[in-house]
Amino acid sequence: MLHEPASKSGPDPAMAYKSRLGAWMFVIYALIYAGFVAVNLLAPATMSSELLWGLNVAVVYGFGLIIFALVLALIYNAFCMREERRLAPGKES
Amino acid sequence: MDWMPIGVFLAFVGGVLGMSVYFARKARSAAGYYAAGGNIHWAVNGIAFAGDYLSAASFLGICGMIAVAGYDGFLYSIGFLAGWIVAMFVVAEPMKRLGKYTFADALDAKFNNKGIQLAASISTLVVSIFYLIPQMVGAGVLVTPLLGLPHYLGVIMVGGIVIAIVATAGMTSTTYVQFLKGGLLVIFSLVIVVAVGYRGLTTTPDQGGAVPFYAYAELSAQEVDGRLVVADPLWEVLGTKTVADTALVQLRREEQEYWFKKIVHEGGISLHECQFVAVGSDGARMINGAPESAANPLRQMGNLERIAGKSGPEADTGPLGPFELLAVIGHPDTLIRIAKAVRFEDAGRQMTVYAPSFVSGAQIMKPGQRFKVEGTPLQKLDFVSLMLALFLGTAALPHILIRYYTVPTPAAARKSTIVAIAAIGFFYVLTLYMGLGAMVSAVVNPADNNMSAPLLARSFGALLFAVISAIAFATVLGTVAGLIVAASGAVAHDLMDRFFGLNLTDKRKVMAGKLAAVCVGVIAIVFGILFQGVNVSFLVGLAFAVAASANLPSILMLLFWKKTTSQGIVASVVVGIVSSVGIILLSPDLWELYGLQRGDSPIPLSNPGIFSIPLSFATLVVVSLMTKGRQSVDIN
Repeated sequence: MLHEPASKSGPDPAMAYKSRLGAWMFVIYALIYAGFVAVNLLAPATMSSELLWGLNVAVVYGFGLIIFALVLALIYNAFCMREERRLAPGKES
Repeated sequence: MDWMPIGVFLAFVGGVLGMSVYFARKARSAAGYYAAGGNIHWAVNGIAFAGDYLSAASFLGICGMIAVAGYDGFLYSIGFLAGWIVAMFVVAEPMKRLGKYTFADALDAKFNNKGIQLAASISTLVVSIFYLIPQMVGAGVLVTPLLGLPHYLGVIMVGGIVIAIVATAGMTSTTYVQFLKGGLLVIFSLVIVVAVGYRGLTTTPDQGGAVPFYAYAELSAQEVDGRLVVADPLWEVLGTKTVADTALVQLRREEQEYWFKKIVHEGGISLHECQFVAVGSDGARMINGAPESAANPLRQMGNLERIAGKSGPEADTGPLGPFELLAVIGHPDTLIRIAKAVRFEDAGRQMTVYAPSFVSGAQIMKPGQRFKVEGTPLQKLDFVSLMLALFLGTAALPHILIRYYTVPTPAAARKSTIVAIAAIGFFYVLTLYMGLGAMVSAVVNPADNNMSAPLLARSFGALLFAVISAIAFATVLGTVAGLIVAASGAVAHDLMDRFFGLNLTDKRKVMAGKLAAVCVGVIAIVFGILFQGVNVSFLVGLAFAVAASANLPSILMLLFWKKTTSQGIVASVVVGIVSSVGIILLSPDLWELYGLQRGDSPIPLSNPGIFSIPLSFATLVVVSLMTKGRQSVDIN
């Protein structure tokens, strides 16, 4: 019993598309995250420059990374849903 | 004793236990015990994800670290949240499609290999225990101001309650408890942040009038014939001491002992009063020169000396908006007093002097107070190592992975993760406000910053303190429960049933899981007592490094590299555990915990990820290529 799935899910024709899309989104976010680390190491003074509404680069970049994660997740979900609907049994591809 | 906070606390814990009993009826089968029957709604599961993830480290540890190190604590918020990107885009759906209950099952999905079963179950146990330690430490610090109990009793209490929950109910109860707790934590954190903004900033914070502001003495002095002489003749210099670049001066006035920090500047020498704790050879503790007592505790600290160039009553800001608050604290002409502990031995006494540092707002609002991004190459490497482990650790945590199995479909797992990212991301934005709010409100316990957020809540009244402490306690309860379920699953299912082939009946598997939960809980209690006083975010960062090193390479390569072999997975898990735990045990922070000098540690890095994660990946690739003729895997 423990080796059965918690609930069965059938074959997913959108799997390859979703994996590819997820990989691209991961790469985009990883690059921006790496940029944050790189700016801190290579140009730390930049982080205290004022950028927006009296906030410095460190705060805007930090908040931006958090918000961008959610935005990417929503975009990813929208594309996945569209592809799942398009490839669902009974629909023409 | 104030009974209202205790009443709220007991009501909350009673509610949690009541829910556990109620949902226990749904956990009759092994599937129900481990994965809540796979029928949790994705929205509920998403908030429960948040409840699992927003552990003691997030609420207590991050806020505490921000309160003493500014933006450096917020790095944990950024890294912890970024980790969800790996979980969401790379791991969530393929893992769900494997449809297994535990980390070991997922890795063993295609191989049915004894080595994988053993390595992965040990890895789950090690990571769970590493993650349990900070939760237990958090439990201990919570009960001290709330119930007046010592740290060790708080740890034992949490351990006992969680063992009871897990042993009676299992995962079903924890999912709904986590949902409730995750939601309440975000809501009441927002209440604290709104209150911080509404109160505004002042150079003389008095916790809403509850605790009069203590103005630390500042003296001027000069060197005369090589001797330090204080301008005010009432003060007598007894001696000086320099510890790790901090110059301290021991003074006496009216037979009372004082310690001051000496700062040399263009205008001469200024001395700044410190708090200090002296422990005699007989164990007697003196606080600021008088015996420790309820009337003479260590004062809470942290305040603004200047606000955007102004001081005194004219500096008071009144209510501030969210961006304005950060802009004013981060102003280059804002000056913040924070305390840094200096430890040494003086005439047979163990001294801890909390010396003030005066840091500009501009410095506080960027990395550098704890992680020296402008320091030596090794210090920079440590920063990169931390950020790497935080990014890659989330998806490899066993108690997070197991939640993928509690929703019906891969799409539901995806939606759960989005809800989790939204809730967790919002909470992490709030941590910056709560941490900075504590830093400038004279609420930070200089001996243990983990309680900064609840103590900030107390500055707004006993009710908010009671509610937030109860939620924080429930946070610890829920996270510990999730971890113990994952760990007990590893022992009962992966080790006993699979690896040793005991072929237990369904009922006996659940019984074995409950017994394992008791054992893991006891181990966590012991470590929770030993690690008292260490920042819990830092400890969780180490757990992330171990998880990212031991588990993530195997998960990713299994999902995406067809040449992965079972031997490669086993080698990767073993190398990941040994290298990451080994570096941690030999690191400066652990050396300090052993009572040795930080500088004498064999490995100068605090965070192991930069070496252990690539090493684990490389091991998997090399061993898989060496054994590729024997087997391969294709998930699709």
